[in-house]
Amino acid sequence: MSDLLRPVAIGRDLVRRDGMDKVTGRARYAYEADVPNASYCRLVQTTVARGRVEAMHTDAARQVDGVRAVITPFTAESLHTDGGELAVLQDQEIAFRGQVIGLVVADTAEAALRAAELVEVTCSTAPHDVALSADRDDLYKPEKVNPSYETDTSDGDVDVAMAAAEVTVEQTYTTAMYHNNPLEPHATTAFWDGEHLTVWDSTQGVHPTRAVLADLFDLDKEHVRVICPYVGGGFGSKGEPHVHVVLAAMAARAVPGRHVKLALTRQQMFSLAGHRTPTIQRMRLAADRIGHLSGIAIDVVEHTAKMKEYAEQTGVPTRMMYAAPNRATTHRLAALDVPAPSWMRAPGECPGMFGPEVAMDELAEALGIDPIELRIRNEPDVDPETGHPFSSRNLVTCLREGAARFGWADRDPRPRAREEDGWYVGTGVASSVYPVNRMAESTATIRFERGAYVVEIGAADLGTGTWTTLAQIAADALGVDVEDVSVRIGDTRYPVASVAGGSSGMTTWGSAVVNAARAFRDKHGSAPADGAEADGSTEDNPATEQYAMYAFGAQFVEAHVHRDTGEIRVPRLLGVFAAGRIINPRTARSQFIGGMTMGLSMALHENSVLDPRHGHVVNHDLAEYHITTCADVTDIEATWLDEHDPHVNPMGTKGIGEIGIVGTAAAVVNAVHHAIGIRVRDLPVTLDKLLPGL
Amino acid sequence: MDAAISLTVDGEGYRLTVDTRTTLLDALRDRLGNISPKKGCDHGQCGACTVLLDGRRVLACLVLAATVGGAEVTTASGLAEGDTPHPVQRAFLDHDAFQCGYCTPGQVCSAVGMLDEVAAGWPSHATTDLTAEPRLSQAEISERMAGNLCRCAAYVNIVPAIEQAAGEVR
Ligand code: FES
Ligand code: FES
Repeated sequence: MSDLLRPVAIGRDLVRRDGMDKVTGRARYAYEADVPNASYCRLVQTTVARGRVEAMHTDAARQVDGVRAVITPFTAESLHTDGGELAVLQDQEIAFRGQVIGLVVADTAEAALRAAELVEVTCSTAPHDVALSADRDDLYKPEKVNPSYETDTSDGDVDVAMAAAEVTVEQTYTTAMYHNNPLEPHATTAFWDGEHLTVWDSTQGVHPTRAVLADLFDLDKEHVRVICPYVGGGFGSKGEPHVHVVLAAMAARAVPGRHVKLALTRQQMFSLAGHRTPTIQRMRLAADRIGHLSGIAIDVVEHTAKMKEYAEQTGVPTRMMYAAPNRATTHRLAALDVPAPSWMRAPGECPGMFGPEVAMDELAEALGIDPIELRIRNEPDVDPETGHPFSSRNLVTCLREGAARFGWADRDPRPRAREEDGWYVGTGVASSVYPVNRMAESTATIRFERGAYVVEIGAADLGTGTWTTLAQIAADALGVDVEDVSVRIGDTRYPVASVAGGSSGMTTWGSAVVNAARAFRDKHGSAPADGAEADGSTEDNPATEQYAMYAFGAQFVEAHVHRDTGEIRVPRLLGVFAAGRIINPRTARSQFIGGMTMGLSMALHENSVLDPRHGHVVNHDLAEYHITTCADVTDIEATWLDEHDPHVNPMGTKGIGEIGIVGTAAAVVNAVHHAIGIRVRDLPVTLDKLLPGL
Repeated sequence: MDAAISLTVDGEGYRLTVDTRTTLLDALRDRLGNISPKKGCDHGQCGACTVLLDGRRVLACLVLAATVGGAEVTTASGLAEGDTPHPVQRAFLDHDAFQCGYCTPGQVCSAVGMLDEVAAGWPSHATTDLTAEPRLSQAEISERMAGNLCRCAAYVNIVPAIEQAAGEVR
């Protein structure tokens, strides 16, 4: 890889360019597309988890004043698809509770809602099954796990290592089912002009969404335009299009000449917008008395939908995290009558660093070794999985730096050693990791326009800061002042860009921008004519074949557990990260603390409760699916090392959107254990799990 | 059933006929084209739709438009004077108290309404002495802002932003 850019704009603490539009609410999100003569779409969903739609009566619905169209599986247009999540309204089969089986378009939202309620549905039902357990006899081994990792790996013999070890840990840990719940519900405004489709969609990738719509509706890609300047959060759930986009387009086709607006309700987001599978993680650690691991293994059981396979790569981080000669990982799936699981912030790493990082704490306790020291003793020289050197690996520095900042040194390791005003106080630590991902395809155009540089790329800003950070990268690549660069993203009119996923945005889009800048200078020199233009694309990085590339971090938690009630408070969270070069410290810090706070939320609150009787998530709204609120946080700080990695990309960045949520929940569990001596192995940590041991 | 109402939004007067089922939130967004208040849940559970109704913070998704005839509504857009942000907005920008921005207009209105409540001496769950004037501590702010969810989790930036603004607003 060529030399790193000289950071001038990169590294500057710049205020978000879209800030004023956001604090005033003038930023226009997908539902808010400024269109004339809008009509409104409302969905009809099944109330059974498996079966068949036998009949639908829509007369009463059609008679509601203002209703323009009602579409059912009996009347819907045929899509070009062979099934799966997006084959909506294509047949009468019911694959999960909450599946869309109809839609209504009306002049007003009220009329659409009323009419949707009046659609009469007759279903036959079949027995459904949504209960995950590790004892099921129908668990199967998927061919790959997301996105294309080996399902199982094995080196040496963990059974032998366990039998021979001086100390072992063998425990099962579980994480709950989670819903991404971005604050902006998934929404689409759609419009057909003859055979041209325009959608304003809340998406992490306008180009990938366009490709999917073009396929489904059998259109030339050039005939589909997707627009999305702002995304009200996605966290993976807007990474792939879900059915609402398709339904909005179908609805719009039914009312020619009109724009149709469709927003999922918060309740619908619990069945139509993806979720993270619950996981069951059987961990085995084998070690000698000084804490050197001789074996590490994780066996993961999780669910997928019968309708569409998605295999979360939960076991993957165990493959590379610590040195151990004997290592094994497996993934097994139960295919259930549930909506399709999908990406949620740090798929794989987030749940997959829960079991291992709690198990490491249990091992440290069993050995009487400080948990930070235990991790340092198992630091590998090279990637244990591939044998490649790490392009940079500064986990140990993160742990040490964090320990110093957090005040770890005088920690009494015994549980219940500290009590203040009726609260037991404990501290815990866990490691974080996230791979450096690069997507295959992205192109940027740079043009010189009226004395300034315009960067165009169909990228996305989910709140991550792309509007601002791409300008910083372009400025340094062009060698100009950042004020002289403007950025245009979020529209398929701009060159193709990959999805904002896998923390790959800066690596992928940033590399395209750098290449475009270099091409621009090669072609036009330093005194370009007005209108001068050049393209650049991201390309394969040969260094990925030679180096293992990851960001690392260490998270520290202080937990208080009330002596009498078991109430849990987490007044302090510190994350120290080694994530390459930071483009903008202001937006970066927000990403880190945002991830950590979501990790705290996972540790203490989040839990989608699937009712086995009816097959749906019963707590399907924000009153009952609890996420961290302002009152739950006091002091959350994120900091990072000044890390220079010459191998990852010309910016030296590693991606920071996801690592913040990795390890947090384990650190909370470890801190709660230190506070009160109770090991909670099943998330979330709620007081009912502590009460019996108080 | 329809109802005719007149109301003021961000300083401008409107007369409109609304379906009596229409919420203030939908009236603002779908009828008046004021997209500043956001819809995150439509059930009073997230705070994204917070506006000031005659100066007090309310959840616009829980208010029927037909009931607010004659009222004055202020959204986050109206709090700014054109391109000049309100001190609370300025503080949100200074502290990067948002990421995706979807909860933000609601946070801003909520903060403005909340500061008035404190000034009026209203206690909160975090108030320890109910006989004294409430003091705007971190704990008071985070308790009083707990109804405004932020999935991007900018809370630890929102609280100091409001602390900063509190000094300027009073
Ligand atoms: S939209 Fe009103 S509280 Fe959520
Ligand atoms: S800034 Fe995204 S939800 Fe608050």
